[in-house]
Amino acid sequence: MTDKKTTASYAIGVDLGTTHCALSFVDLDLSEGEEVAHEVLSLPQAVAPGELEERMLLPSFLYLPHPQELPPGAAALPWNPTPAYVVGEIARRLGAQTPLRLVSSAKSWLCHPGVDRKGAILPTDAPEEVSRLSPFAASVQYLAHLRDAWNHAHPDAPFGEQDVVLTVPASFDPAARELTAEAAKAAGYHRLTLLEEPQSALYAWIAQTKGTWRDHVKVGDVILVVDVGGGTTDFSLIAVHEQDGNLALERVAVGEHILLGGDNMDLALAYVVAQKLESEGKKLDAWQLRALTHGCRHAKEQLLGASPPQSVPLVVPSRGSKLIGGSLRTELTLEEVRRTLLEGFFPEVGADAKPATRARGALTQLGLPYAQDAAVTRHLAAFLARQVGATAELGFAMKEGARFLHPTAILFNGGVLKADAIAERITKVIGGWLAADGAPDARVLEGADLDGAVARGAAYYGYARLGGGVRIRGGMAQAFYVGVETAMPAVPGMEPPVHALCVAPFGLEEGSTAPSPPQELGLVVGEPVRFRFFASSVRRDDAPGALLERWRDDELVELGAIEAELPAQGRQAGDVVPVRLRARVSELGTLVLEALPRAGGDVWKVELDVRTS
Amino acid sequence: MSEPKPSFFVRLWIAFVAPWRVLFSADFGAGVQRLMSGAPALPPPPQAKPEPKPEPKPEPKPEPVRIERAPVDAALQLLALFQREGRFIDFLEEDVASFSDEEIGAAARVVHEGCRKAVREHFTLAPVKDQEEGASLEVPKGFDAHAIRLTGNVVGEPPFRGTLQHRGWKVTRAELPKLAEGHDVKVIAPAEVEL
Repeated sequence: MTDKKTTASYAIGVDLGTTHCALSFVDLDLSEGEEVAHEVLSLPQAVAPGELEERMLLPSFLYLPHPQELPPGAAALPWNPTPAYVVGEIARRLGAQTPLRLVSSAKSWLCHPGVDRKGAILPTDAPEEVSRLSPFAASVQYLAHLRDAWNHAHPDAPFGEQDVVLTVPASFDPAARELTAEAAKAAGYHRLTLLEEPQSALYAWIAQTKGTWRDHVKVGDVILVVDVGGGTTDFSLIAVHEQDGNLALERVAVGEHILLGGDNMDLALAYVVAQKLESEGKKLDAWQLRALTHGCRHAKEQLLGASPPQSVPLVVPSRGSKLIGGSLRTELTLEEVRRTLLEGFFPEVGADAKPATRARGALTQLGLPYAQDAAVTRHLAAFLARQVGATAELGFAMKEGARFLHPTAILFNGGVLKADAIAERITKVIGGWLAADGAPDARVLEGADLDGAVARGAAYYGYARLGGGVRIRGGMAQAFYVGVETAMPAVPGMEPPVHALCVAPFGLEEGSTAPSPPQELGLVVGEPVRFRFFASSVRRDDAPGALLERWRDDELVELGAIEAELPAQGRQAGDVVPVRLRARVSELGTLVLEALPRAGGDVWKVELDVRTS
Repeated sequence: MSEPKPSFFVRLWIAFVAPWRVLFSADFGAGVQRLMSGAPALPPPPQAKPEPKPEPKPEPKPEPVRIERAPVDAALQLLALFQREGRFIDFLEEDVASFSDEEIGAAARVVHEGCRKAVREHFTLAPVKDQEEGASLEVPKGFDAHAIRLTGNVVGEPPFRGTLQHRGWKVTRAELPKLAEGHDVKVIAPAEVEL
């Protein structure tokens, strides 16, 4: 455990979500062992022009108002009467009516390697006169709002002096993690650690058992965390094994980044109802469709809850002041919800199902890479099949002929899973897969707080790091490779084949450095040189220096390019300098790649976030 | 301090005498000038210095109940909230007579869902009495007359025995949004203009 000197009296957990942010904290002076003094910070924010309220969640939306749109002080905050940006509930509310001035899903853009993430690109469809913002800058604004809310509530415990754990999706690539950490630093998060969201959800579950979690899990358990949030879906596998006579937790695999969440589901339902209205000759405009989406969200919760009614009436209110005459009345039936959500997003598929992929058009529009297959269960099947060997290293005995990794327990997280019917469907589908493989059924870990778990778990982890509780080990959930071109005679019209050189092994832990591979690469002095960069979540045994000449399509995933540049000082510009690469994981949890010149001397950082344009 | 008005004959006498006094008395002239300009005839009397009154001794009499005007801003804020979340004012201001129950019912759902959300977000409600309505209960001596209203055969001395007709409601938490300086609460819903 860390025994670093600490002046912090709180461990703060921050959930920077795609649609909402939250801040939770543990009072270190009042906590001892499994007795944890846990609280959630209420976040002051403007909820409508001129109205300030405290809410548990800060919607991750930013609005860029027209200079004459709002009266002065309309977005005033207790700590700033004239904030430069309008953030939170008021931004979501105003942006619903004026989408071209609304920045949303900044987090999804932050992990999109196809765009310049520090370039002013949001909102993407804003007209010329709106000064746009980068996904990075928007994230800084949300993080700064949380910091200011903390400082406002705790003037005697400045935010910058507290230990802060910030969560990221387990599926975030190294560049997205680094950008998140950098945004946090820019917002004054000085004592920062990153934590993967599904791990955070498990920490929250552990914290709420108040020490009895050891009675609920046993050695050999494989916990599958299924996290379906507003905008993203994230899977992780955490194994329970024994170490020095104690139960130990190890995160053995994480899934791919899937841009698919509750918002897509609400929209899907709204389209079903809109079509129904249209077939009755009632056409909806954009405003009404938004109102309908809102109504569908509420109706969905009723229809997928316990003992649902056969249908829930839906009313699309008129926009003008004539409410009674102008409203459209319709209904959402149980059958429609089941067909659209359960069959559309959580269909009963086999364990060998794979998500459908379409080749993206050559002229893809600049936009978020939303999941092409909406079926969460298909993504899940592919994940478990790919990770069939994830627990081999821990010595877990797998059943003969297992087609996928058999989870023994399921932990749900995210607002979507509040719907009992969806959680039941996922449990049933996994149960079917297990039964087909002759494995015992998986149980659901009860007591999860689906909305607030990530921030709570992060604060608990901050506390656990100081020696107060159990920790999940993990390290990097991928091995990383740099593409090296092979020397071979040029063949017209054919690119030279690329080999993948392993630079960071699977499971590289925080604060540790991987041995440098012996192969040298040539860098041109004074010129940025790019390398292709790959990751693998399945090749667990490649050591740094391993050179792959070929690999299966599903073994390696290409990430955004990386870039190294040796400054010309003391060297001749244009010279080629042989360097070796070295990877390490920083204390806060980001991957750092460095170039070491053969002749010795300075070490140069390799940029992970490279503009593709 | 109204004086009796002079009779016709007295006024005739004044009409005869006054011009001469205007001519020969500067003070009298000034008074008439003031009268003709519509001001009171006499200059304000010099302020008499208030006598330093002895501190009035507090008398042991019951505090009179003051009827105060309720602050209206919070009420307007609540109306704005109900309108925003549940179209409350739109609903009340519409003439329901010309619509069918079905149409009114559809609109009522919007009002019900939205206003309920607004109430639940900003107030916590609890019944005054936890018993089921229709249950018999005892009203003890010294009961809180704010929280319990006695009806019907109200005679005799407590403890009383009666039937709970309505459980009552009380608010255990009330939080309205704070308002920015200069926020106009009279605008319950701004006019919306789509460009």
